[in-house]
Amino acid sequence: MSFQTDNKLVKWFDDRLPLVTVMHHTFVQHPYPRNLNIAYQFGSILGVMLTLQIITGIVLAMHYTPHTSLAFDSVEHIMRDVNYGWLLRYMHANGASMFFIAVYLHMFRGLYYGSYKAPRELIWMIGVVILLVMMGTGFMGYVLPWGQMSFWGATVITNLFSALPVVGDPIVTWLWGGFAVDNPTLNRFFALHYLLPFVIFGLVFLHLVALHQKGSTNPLGIEIKGPADYISFHPYFTVKDFFGFAAFGVIFAVFVFWFPNYLGHADNYIPADPLVTPAHIVPEWYFLPFYAILRAVPDKLMGVLAMFAAIGVLFILPWLDRSRVKSAAFRPMYKWFFWIFALNCIVLGYVGSQPAEGLMLIISRIATIYYFVHFLILMPVLGWFERPKPLPTSISEAVLAAKAGNSAGGNA
Amino acid sequence: MSAASHGEDGVERRDFLVITAGAFVGVGAVGLVWPFVDQMNPSADVLALSSTEVDISAIEPGQSITISWRGKPVFVRRRTEAEIAAAGAVDLADLPDPESDDLRHKEGKAEWLVVLGICTHLGCVPLGFQGEYDGWFCPCHGSHYDTSGRIRKGPAPSNLEVPEYEFLTDTQIKIG
Repeated sequence: MSFQTDNKLVKWFDDRLPLVTVMHHTFVQHPYPRNLNIAYQFGSILGVMLTLQIITGIVLAMHYTPHTSLAFDSVEHIMRDVNYGWLLRYMHANGASMFFIAVYLHMFRGLYYGSYKAPRELIWMIGVVILLVMMGTGFMGYVLPWGQMSFWGATVITNLFSALPVVGDPIVTWLWGGFAVDNPTLNRFFALHYLLPFVIFGLVFLHLVALHQKGSTNPLGIEIKGPADYISFHPYFTVKDFFGFAAFGVIFAVFVFWFPNYLGHADNYIPADPLVTPAHIVPEWYFLPFYAILRAVPDKLMGVLAMFAAIGVLFILPWLDRSRVKSAAFRPMYKWFFWIFALNCIVLGYVGSQPAEGLMLIISRIATIYYFVHFLILMPVLGWFERPKPLPTSISEAVLAAKAGNSAGGNA
Repeated sequence: MSAASHGEDGVERRDFLVITAGAFVGVGAVGLVWPFVDQMNPSADVLALSSTEVDISAIEPGQSITISWRGKPVFVRRRTEAEIAAAGAVDLADLPDPESDDLRHKEGKAEWLVVLGICTHLGCVPLGFQGEYDGWFCPCHGSHYDTSGRIRKGPAPSNLEVPEYEFLTDTQIKIG
């Protein structure tokens, strides 16, 4: 069913630039598996969050001043003087956290249902690139208010590159544009923080083109085989997505209106002081697991490499996983290891928020080792050892069988 | 579809749900858009600068000063007897924007003329004591204003605007 219309103007336009056809194909007609569950909610939520971050960000940039002597005051100016400035800034700051919550849930969905496996390796890899760019954007955004956490976060993160032998120090000086984090650093971070979201937008476009090429996975992990297996995007998934926006919006609003600073750090309301470091410095919560990995390794260079490897390993995940079965629902062993891995990530996040000493340091080392064991050993080995459950022959058969089972048991 | 969900006029339960859900989304979206629009309006610190006090004691007859009010120039001109007489002698019928000089200064303060220094044509700042009427002359497109700040010749459509102001004392005025 392709796009049909009697409107002559639309026909004329669409014949020359098939915008309407593409939109119709993407948002109305595109077939999705009929059995998508709530775990498949976060892609569209991420699209909304990216748009919202760009809009609130552009608006904040109208009032913000990227200069070391004015940045902190301009943020306070936004909070106190600009009409609804408090709302816009809290939406942007908490929006970043919501963005990462959604992206992590989206990725765990992919890990659980094997969304990264053939033929969807590129969708996954583009997604990992998006995560990396998001991290850079989030980090540089946190520097802009020029509070104590901004300054020292910028100092610590840029100093990561000093771990590289020989080229380390020149690279750090180059990143700073000086001999310490200072005005040139702030200026370039602002420029890049403004640019990168549009880069993400482009990457999301590629992510979606690749997705539409091969279609969405689904909780059963088997491909669409016939018309009984799929339903069109509109109205079924538009309604589902809007329901998701509303539910996610409620959580977002609770943070924005009741706990706007819960996810931030009080120290960032102290203007940046290049001569005094705060007593306990931690990154934003969404970097904590990686921060824990960095600190778990006793060697400076190895710690930095381990942290980058923690994301790098995701790139080769499609080839590390040797199992042919996609969905964890049919992988009795992987299902358990998935949840242990998820718990391990939470543990890493927690120890990342604590001072790296004593028991916390030991836990962080065990959790770091397990993180890599999961990807580098368990994923390949499980493919050989595990005996998957039998897969249903088609999506519709499995869905209808489950429905028949329900009505026989529940409604009788 | 069970018969109970159909109204007598063919209206379904689903129609109600679509309309109510759509209405909530619409109202919510409009409510969310407003902060994004309003943030471009003057902020609280800009509004706090909306009035300016000026000491005019040092201005001699025949002199004019330019002060900044809300980021815009305001001319405070102490007119000579001859200039006041010239402004009062004009036949209102000859003016493109008829307005009596008496209405353009405070009562009993004919000496003091306070006008916004922005040409009503396209916003340039006119030059004082110039032009055919010795009031102001706008260099951008050649508008001539008289000693009451009224447009006499040129493309400007109306007289120089008189801002809201008051005399706090004989030597102190508050604009805005």
